[in-house]
Amino acid sequence: MAEVMKLHYTVSGDDFTRAGETSSKVKKTLNQLGFRPEVVRKVAISMYEAEINMVIHANGGTIDVDISPEEIIIVMQDTGPGIPDIEKAMQEGYSTADHNVRELGFGAGMGLPNMKRYSDDMQIDTEVGKGTCVKLVIKAKE
Amino acid sequence: MKLSTVKELLDGTVLTGGELLEQEVDSAFGSDLMSDVLAFVENRVLLLTGLVNPQVVRTAEMMDISAIVFVRGKCPDENVVELAKSKGMVIITTEDTLYVASGKLYSNGLTGSAKEG
Ligand SMILES: Nc1ncnc2c1ncn2[C@@H]1O[C@H](COP(=O)(O)OP(=O)(O)OP(=O)(O)O)[C@@H](O)[C@H]1O
Ligand SMILES: [Mg+2]
Repeated sequence: MAEVMKLHYTVSGDDFTRAGETSSKVKKTLNQLGFRPEVVRKVAISMYEAEINMVIHANGGTIDVDISPEEIIIVMQDTGPGIPDIEKAMQEGYSTADHNVRELGFGAGMGLPNMKRYSDDMQIDTEVGKGTCVKLVIKAKE
Repeated sequence: MKLSTVKELLDGTVLTGGELLEQEVDSAFGSDLMSDVLAFVENRVLLLTGLVNPQVVRTAEMMDISAIVFVRGKCPDENVVELAKSKGMVIITTEDTLYVASGKLYSNGLTGSAKEG
């Protein structure tokens, strides 16, 4: 794999049962490309958390994944409500998820801290009323 | 612990992966919150949960969890079982509650898995 492999996906916002399909595809691709299990795990967990957020908080969006031997860069863009107070949102336990989301097993306010933990770099650009862009970088080299 | 032992101890029914019961698990995690599974599970575990939606299988897939026990007699939809089957997972259901099922497995030597507080 000499150059960067670029993948592009659209995530539907109205079907929660399909949330995570993109992360599943990317995980499979990384395994096939022979990335180390620790690297694949970091990508899978952080990307899945972000994909679920995109579906439950922002009605879906697009995902771009750039894969190179050095690093995996995931850019997730939505046109949802945005995050008014990002510091607050980053705290463990803070969640605006409603009852329906909790019934499905999510909404504990653990996602963003977990994404930070499993990625090597995380940047969030968000504007209330416009949307949110989450960029995750996972280093593939030891 | 072998998955066949898990099935026996919980008087469980295997919904998929019956050919994989010789596999071993060395710890387990029980929760109805997938958020916590994602945040606390550190290694390949047996997952016990009372939640039966497709996201349970997806969460397990992301965490490299290859066996799930659905407690309290919860039966997942056919599509959930199919999804698990396509991922090569084992699904067992039991009438036991999460507490009772966990107690049976723990007292027979299957310990917990969670990150250090
Ligand atoms: N893409 C997004 N668009 C709008 N708001 C978001 C987005 N992602 C996160 N948020 C806000 O940040 C809060 C915290 O997110 P986080 O992922 O940590 O927790 P959660 O999704 O509510 O629960 P969990 O991730 O544990 O299931 C959310 O409740 C929501 O208010
Ligand atoms: Mg979340």
